[in-house]
Amino acid sequence: MSSPDFLLKGSTVTVVVLELHQYVPDAFPGLLAERVAQAPALFQGSPVVISLEPLSADDGTAVDLGGMLDHCRDQGLRPIAFRAVPEALQSAATDTGLALLPAGGGRGKPLEMPAESAPEAPEIKVRTEQQPVSSVRPTRTITRPVRSGQQIYAEGGDLIVLAPVSEGAEVLADGNIHIYGALRGRALAGVHGDASARIFCQHMDAELISVAGHFLLSDALGDSILRKPAQVSLDGDVLSVSAL
Amino acid sequence: MARIIVVTSGKGGVGKTTSSAAIGTGLAQRGHSTVIIDFDVGLRNLDLIMGCERRVVYDFVNVINGEATLNQALIKDKRTEGLYILPASQTRDKDALTEEGVAKVLAELKQRFDYIVCDSPAGIEKGAQMALYFADEAIVVTNPEVSSVRDSDRILGILQSKSLRAREGQDAVKEHLLLTRYNPARVSAGEMLSVADVEDILAIPLLGVIPESQDVLKASNQGEPVILNSEALAGQAYSDAVDRLLGEDRAHRFLDEEKQGFFKRLLGGRG
Ligand SMILES: Nc1ncnc2c1ncn2[C@@H]1O[C@H](COP(=O)(O)OP(=O)(O)OP(=O)(O)O)[C@@H](O)[C@H]1O
Ligand SMILES: [Mg+2]
Repeated sequence: MSSPDFLLKGSTVTVVVLELHQYVPDAFPGLLAERVAQAPALFQGSPVVISLEPLSADDGTAVDLGGMLDHCRDQGLRPIAFRAVPEALQSAATDTGLALLPAGGGRGKPLEMPAESAPEAPEIKVRTEQQPVSSVRPTRTITRPVRSGQQIYAEGGDLIVLAPVSEGAEVLADGNIHIYGALRGRALAGVHGDASARIFCQHMDAELISVAGHFLLSDALGDSILRKPAQVSLDGDVLSVSAL
Repeated sequence: MARIIVVTSGKGGVGKTTSSAAIGTGLAQRGHSTVIIDFDVGLRNLDLIMGCERRVVYDFVNVINGEATLNQALIKDKRTEGLYILPASQTRDKDALTEEGVAKVLAELKQRFDYIVCDSPAGIEKGAQMALYFADEAIVVTNPEVSSVRDSDRILGILQSKSLRAREGQDAVKEHLLLTRYNPARVSAGEMLSVADVEDILAIPLLGVIPESQDVLKASNQGEPVILNSEALAGQAYSDAVDRLLGEDRAHRFLDEEKQGFFKRLLGGRG
């Protein structure tokens, strides 16, 4: 509303990365549907980067990128970019209109599914991005409620929220997240890969919690935890939520 | 110094215009010169609820476009001394309200009035953002149901990030929760959220709870703000809310089911 028509800003977002290990046109739609069904709330409308990095050189030529994008969209995903496109697919990838990203330095971890997850489909791995962990730890302190539609990110350190985090709001930190109020939205700690990061809150009613790329959705929270003071930490490869 | 108060909600039909009319009237009744502005360009509702629809000649957009002076467009309320209405245009689209235009009109109104009450359109887009942009205080009108609470939460986020006060890093817009269409019987039956539930989620101070009442509909059909009906519980609840807005202490009323209604039901009455 004020004078400039727009501002260009840099911003960090957490995105789902679909790593394509091989593309079997007949199998792909079914495998993807299965994967999405495990956590529909997470995948509905979520931006996705498709990484072609793991494709072997000879597989590369055979992939029908347009068809694959259609399958992704049919499942409610929103592909936004390809990463590490092999030489043979460059022009086909450009034609899709998506952005092309260079090969990622990120060492993402497989996305943690809710407890009832089916065994992993071998061809499709979903992970989130990580970068090297910084040792500088400034803390960001928020004193007002974080409202639906708002996103707060504590870059390089911890986040302290002295108020509730509403449903539809998202708080992220490279370090720990402390919420001295109710957590009804999404909280993602250690978003750049710090596996020792934790989430603490006074009233656990989250839509989604994540530490270093391992996710849990609200339906995975048991009655012993729900609406109670709780902490979330990463125990090996398993996200554990315990009462405080 | 004049205070600009926006009455906003996100969700439509929750009682913004009803509340703007009642609160604006209440402020004027208490001796504060007040103007209520209808920001709902294209729909124009405030003049109906205030019963002055026949006297609309020029409107807010005419003033912004320099087609009429403020004096020509302001309608003096016939019942309440010191109260004026600035009606919205019914014919123009919402883009007619420009930031510069609104700023200019508000600056002029600030010279003349103690309170400027802005009746916001529904939604969280441009029209609603324009209504709240210049606000010093916000009355967030919420019904005791999940979707309304969620929208109020979003509009509170917008107040924090997109208002002029937020942009310029001044003191934050002062927030008030006004819970309307509250029906204690339906709360007890678990069909509606309770006052405590809503306060817990939105975490802002409670300005008032207005009971669901036929008197409100009757009042708007007659073009008389319900606050003028001191018999009506909704009218009394709005009076309390205005007193609180002015810094007075008033205990909250009408939060529980009416005793009378309870006995009526006990005796098998029609409730
Ligand atoms: N306390 C109440 N009890 C009963 N009915 C009410 C109450 N408050 C408002 N209403 C009714 O709800 C309807 C919508 O009210 P109003 O026009 O004030 O809402 P609004 O938020 O301004 O709507 P819009 O978003 O369309 O501008 C009207 O019919 C009004 O009479
Ligand atoms: Mg209205």
